[in-house]
Amino acid sequence: MSMYTRAYKAAVAVPPLLWVVVFLLLPYSILFCYSFWSVSPLQVIVHSWNFDNYRELLHNPIYALVLFRSMRIATTVTLLALALGYPLAYCLSFFATKRKDLLYQLVIIPLWVSYLVRGYAWKTILGSDGVLNGFLQYFHLTRHPVEFFLYSPFAVILTLTHIYTPFTFLPIYASLEHIPRNLVEASHDLGASPFKTFWRVVFPLSIPGVLAGATFAFVLTLGDFLAPLLVGGPSGIMISNIVVSLFGAAYNWPLGAAISLCMLLLVVGLLTAVERLEKKLSYS
Amino acid sequence: MTPLLSIRSLIKRFGDREVLRGVSLDVASGEFLTILGESGSGKTTLLRMIAGFEQPDSGEIWMDNERLERLPAYQRPVNTVFQSYALFPHLSVRENVAYGLRAQGAARAEIHARVEQALAMVKMSELARQAPARLSGGQQQRVALARALVNRPKLLLLDEPLSALDANLRRQMQTELKSLQREVGITFLFVTHDQEEAMALSDRIALLRAGGLEQVATPREIYNRPETAYVAQFIGQTNILRAEIGGGVACAGSIAWRCGGSANSDGAPALFSLRPESIRLASAAGTSSPSGDAVRFRARVVTQTFGGASDLLEIVCPDGQALRARVLSGDMLEGEQRFEFDLRDAVAVRATGSGAPFAGALSADKGPAQ
Amino acid sequence: MTSADTNGRKVAPWLAAYSAMVYAFLYLPILVLVIYSFNGQGIGGFPPRGWTLNWYSILFADAGLWSTVLNSLLVAIAGVGISIGLGLPAALALDRTGFPGKAIFRRIVLLPLILPGIITGLSLLMFFVAAGMKLSLRTIVLGHGTALISVATTEIFAGLQKLDRAQEEASLDLGANHWKTFCRVTLPNLRVSIIAAALLIFTLSMDEIAVSFFLIGRENTLPLEIWSRLRRGITPELNAISTLILLFSIALIVLWYRLRTRTERGSQTAPALTPAGM
Repeated sequence: MSMYTRAYKAAVAVPPLLWVVVFLLLPYSILFCYSFWSVSPLQVIVHSWNFDNYRELLHNPIYALVLFRSMRIATTVTLLALALGYPLAYCLSFFATKRKDLLYQLVIIPLWVSYLVRGYAWKTILGSDGVLNGFLQYFHLTRHPVEFFLYSPFAVILTLTHIYTPFTFLPIYASLEHIPRNLVEASHDLGASPFKTFWRVVFPLSIPGVLAGATFAFVLTLGDFLAPLLVGGPSGIMISNIVVSLFGAAYNWPLGAAISLCMLLLVVGLLTAVERLEKKLSYS
Repeated sequence: MTPLLSIRSLIKRFGDREVLRGVSLDVASGEFLTILGESGSGKTTLLRMIAGFEQPDSGEIWMDNERLERLPAYQRPVNTVFQSYALFPHLSVRENVAYGLRAQGAARAEIHARVEQALAMVKMSELARQAPARLSGGQQQRVALARALVNRPKLLLLDEPLSALDANLRRQMQTELKSLQREVGITFLFVTHDQEEAMALSDRIALLRAGGLEQVATPREIYNRPETAYVAQFIGQTNILRAEIGGGVACAGSIAWRCGGSANSDGAPALFSLRPESIRLASAAGTSSPSGDAVRFRARVVTQTFGGASDLLEIVCPDGQALRARVLSGDMLEGEQRFEFDLRDAVAVRATGSGAPFAGALSADKGPAQ
Repeated sequence: MTSADTNGRKVAPWLAAYSAMVYAFLYLPILVLVIYSFNGQGIGGFPPRGWTLNWYSILFADAGLWSTVLNSLLVAIAGVGISIGLGLPAALALDRTGFPGKAIFRRIVLLPLILPGIITGLSLLMFFVAAGMKLSLRTIVLGHGTALISVATTEIFAGLQKLDRAQEEASLDLGANHWKTFCRVTLPNLRVSIIAAALLIFTLSMDEIAVSFFLIGRENTLPLEIWSRLRRGITPELNAISTLILLFSIALIVLWYRLRTRTERGSQTAPALTPAGM
């Protein structure tokens, strides 16, 4: 490290640091401040410091309700995304020979196709006039359009699972690829069947990837507001939608800031906990 | 006596490259057999096929009247010590060693007893709780050994296990490995590219070249009686003399000796292997007739390299032939000197690549069938 | 790929079937979208009937939409500039130097990667309001640039890890100073990583909604324009633009992947875009 002079260190570290301080830390600080302010009946933001917003969050049951629902949805989406992403990653990593590259690209392509495009696609599929209902009626599986496909938590979960499965796939695949294949051979050599080998060797070593993927999926689902707006309907509202409306029609920026700050702290707390867990589980 | 392991005509191809060209080999129970070869010779592939990590394209592997190649790796009574050790990073040393026994459902008490015994055997009892990442290369190697041996396999495969160790540690481990094998009596199949190692450890050596066996013999035999030029050059150092044979005399440039053999049918020169240590300075001049079977010749000393107990000389004969001689350390030599060697030290060898791949089957009592 | 990697083990049929199912799930909506962009009857209904290019011709005539495409392009290019301009030194700082607070620096720089966009967007909104800046494309550029620095840092960091450090040491040894070494040795070696990062950031910026949602002024970006039209009602024209976006994204991502793996010849590990890798 002594190769790098202090001038060098300053030159590389200072510009991004400065930017990040101005455009990230400062805004977060302002967020913090806003959460303690309030809004007057005249729709003006009053800079008087108080805990009113937090009291509101604690006492008004609707926030807890929506938060709880959001966490339930986030958990469901995470579990589903893992259930879809892990076997796919395992199959690709351990069994794909010739077309491994192509198959990998096929998984990440949906990931980078516009979120909006994919959400919109589900909207057209799930609607009463949508493709799914058309399909079911065409084959006489149902007689009337099924309503709950769209504008329900079901639709939100379906859409978000679709969006975040590649997100869980990526880190799991990376961690599986990192497992030296001779460990699998050694396990077989010592008499463990393929299933036992997976359970005792492969899976434990892939846990860091699973944690990373799960964290991504959970956090990003929790903070998502687009899917509920597209396909959620009134019963599919999540916590971020409340924030959006507080910054829109409901015009209560301080309250919105308070909720956002809580989310921020939740996310940072979760990340720290996962990081600690990963350190404990790191084996190399 | 039936061999423990019988390999018959194994063929393996990777793409259009034939890595093993019909290898046959018998391994006796309790012996330490080394498969020796350069990189690319197919030795690791052969080992992996016995372990079950590769499937032969044709051929059979027999062990105890069972066709081994039909069993998956986890059902074979064979264990492997990997070149990279392949210790499970998320398990402690003890858990690593216990892995095989646990996988096969042994009773807890038995597992405990045998694991402790195995750890003691490789002198790793004190570090039983450690994570593998914290161990040195030599220590990891011992754990890998214990992990394999604790299962009491019928055959232990070792894939260049000492190649990652430094020279001193290597020599020490060689000794330990040899005495360990004697102690437990398990058949060892050892793969290496280091011929000195092979000579030090093995009961027999199987020299593999380009997917075919060149020779299978005890270290002494393979050193003193190499069958092909390749074997002679691979094991130890040697000079290859190209001689024309005619009228009872073999003539290699300016060196000639009595030889009863006949010339090659294709007219190619006959090859003889002559080890550097067989060449010595001619005994005191005076007698014009050679004593006994000594062959004499003159050559000019080009370089003399000090080597401890002996010196390595590079010498050039009048006809331009360059040879190496190993003589006792002494004064610096210059100019032309007279050298000699015993007739029986010039060993006739086949040219490399001639003849079918060697099949190293065991004969009734001692060595490979010729 | 040697035989040793799979040892000729065959994949269990159920696993292969399950994986195929996952692929189908991932691609089903996209396929439906594309197919129905040619559907004469518009969206919905089954099966699709009446092949037509009608929706595409309506799309191409829609000037309003294309002006937002232009906006998005401008924003994306500017965003790439900011992200890489700051992500490159950040990656260098993280890869090479040690300084007090480095761990915190790393966390802060990578935070927008995992933080839901709404939080970053809102914070920036309040910041701009407090600073008295009017919302416009400029604020969106600042938002994208800030949010995507973490992507640039991650990509370039991965590229730095694969760099042969000895080359730089040789350059310094031969008398070139840090700046010259950077220009003549480091940068050329990083070219592929930087281009890959640029592609990725460009794509992400073109698609970005969550942060942009709160920072738009009068001018819309493409995703926000689509969004506002969606609120008004679905038209098959949107299928058409979605299909075009899809094709465009695929092309870019395939290009990105090719570049990425070109720097890892022989390696089988594909890079993952996670902070866990750092």
